[in-house]
Amino acid sequence: MPKTIGEINQKIKTGQVVVVTAEEAVGLVRDKGVKAAAREVDVVTTGTFSPMCSSGICFNLKQPVPKMKFGGGRATLNDVPAYTGLAAADLFLGCNALPQDAPRNKVHPGLFKYGGAHVIHELVSGAKVDLAAEAYGTDCYPLRERRQKVGLEEMNDAVMMNPRNGYQNYNVAVNLSDKTIYTYLGRLQPRLGNANYCSAGVLSPLLKDPQFRTIGLGTAIFLCGARGYVVWPGTQHNPDPPRGDNGAPLVPAGTIAVMGDLKMMSPQWLRPMSFTGYGVTLAVALGIPIPILDEEVMARAAAPNEELFAPIVDYAEAYPQGTGEVIGRVSYAELFSGAIEIEGKKVPTGSFSSFSKARQVAGELKTRIASGQFKITRPVAPLPGAVGFEED
Amino acid sequence: MPSRRLILSYPPDVVQEPVTYQLVKDYDLKINILKARILPREGGRLVMELSGRKTDLESALAYLASLGIEVQTLVREVRLDKDKCLSCTACVPLCPTGALQVEEDGFEVILDHDKCVVCEVCVTVCPYRAIDIMF
Repeated sequence: MPKTIGEINQKIKTGQVVVVTAEEAVGLVRDKGVKAAAREVDVVTTGTFSPMCSSGICFNLKQPVPKMKFGGGRATLNDVPAYTGLAAADLFLGCNALPQDAPRNKVHPGLFKYGGAHVIHELVSGAKVDLAAEAYGTDCYPLRERRQKVGLEEMNDAVMMNPRNGYQNYNVAVNLSDKTIYTYLGRLQPRLGNANYCSAGVLSPLLKDPQFRTIGLGTAIFLCGARGYVVWPGTQHNPDPPRGDNGAPLVPAGTIAVMGDLKMMSPQWLRPMSFTGYGVTLAVALGIPIPILDEEVMARAAAPNEELFAPIVDYAEAYPQGTGEVIGRVSYAELFSGAIEIEGKKVPTGSFSSFSKARQVAGELKTRIASGQFKITRPVAPLPGAVGFEED
Repeated sequence: MPSRRLILSYPPDVVQEPVTYQLVKDYDLKINILKARILPREGGRLVMELSGRKTDLESALAYLASLGIEVQTLVREVRLDKDKCLSCTACVPLCPTGALQVEEDGFEVILDHDKCVVCEVCVTVCPYRAIDIMF
């Protein structure tokens, strides 16, 4: 008997809803079968806590007296430049932004100690940062220079606005060359010294609804502790990747653009990261509820690590040159075991996505749904490539 | 076989002395140099692990003292800040001795101080900068 979002929300309201995490779903389907599991479970929660480089914040500053037009001027927060191509008081700060005088990779590999992600984390932690701004001055916005400590209180609005998050599957990075390289998947030792991956596998949101039957534009999500939304397909969203029998893509595929209220977020659920030799980025906690509409949704949400596969890519040559060459495929069960075999060699694995934190995200979302604090939504439009999405 | 991890502070005038050679030859010690920065006319510091018979270790320490080399025991060298660490496991494959490992059930990263040789690879590999060196 299929369920509807309305029925599930009614159960959330009356406290009868049954929620399990995507990791728990694996065991449940294994023990009871997909039919019984689909009957019993209303929502499966997913979670990930992982670097998501295409993240940033859009904020509107309260006007000083006299007023000032940032648009077309210059602004920095703790010396990290913010984008000022919008209206008088709307600014955007990307997590990869670096202080103007940061050494970057001048002495390679650079350490990238501070950047936009650190500023975002400080703001969410309640700290104030140094705003320095220059404007050209107009009749209606005469102020030309401003130096001030600003925090979330000095902002009328502050939203996290991420054009690409939640990558559905990701490359396993290795290095086939003879020298160490420094990438966004970490330090890669020469001649297959290590293999780094970045996915929560069994808990990874978009891997558990692989063809977007339930996740679409308007889906309410857990975003850094706040309630956020899927607002658009993410940039680079690939609707038509090669897929396994269970629908899960075999390469990095779907992505989502997300937004959420920065003022409702918690520093516990977003963290700045410094990648030696690469740059600064932000680790984002993202959790998506999957309403169990029928057995197919249940079966796919319960796909185990053994049935989810990632491609192995050489980041010394194939990735930077864009050759598209894949060395092989490996399951998340193998990656999670701590070592994989490539070309007959045992290669130790490391992840940039924290599985222990992904569990906490999925667990927290489960708690919020079960306690009635978090209602799920019916998306208003499908993501490109969606199969079986029911439109009104 | 007992082993000790020591920090040796060299005064500038003993730089010419082949200390590690003497430790091996005269005191029959096994030496693993963990870190060294010794410059002519400036002196410097040598961090090493010494293993050998207890009596030999003691005589070796007396020899070092006779040269005016100050010896300190190295304690709790690498620090993993559990608040900053998200247990992403990025450090684990790069740790040469297996001191950084993933605990099986919880997927938490743990640091086994007994296995750590203070090579410091993990310090700049950790994207959360949760690892530092304490002397």
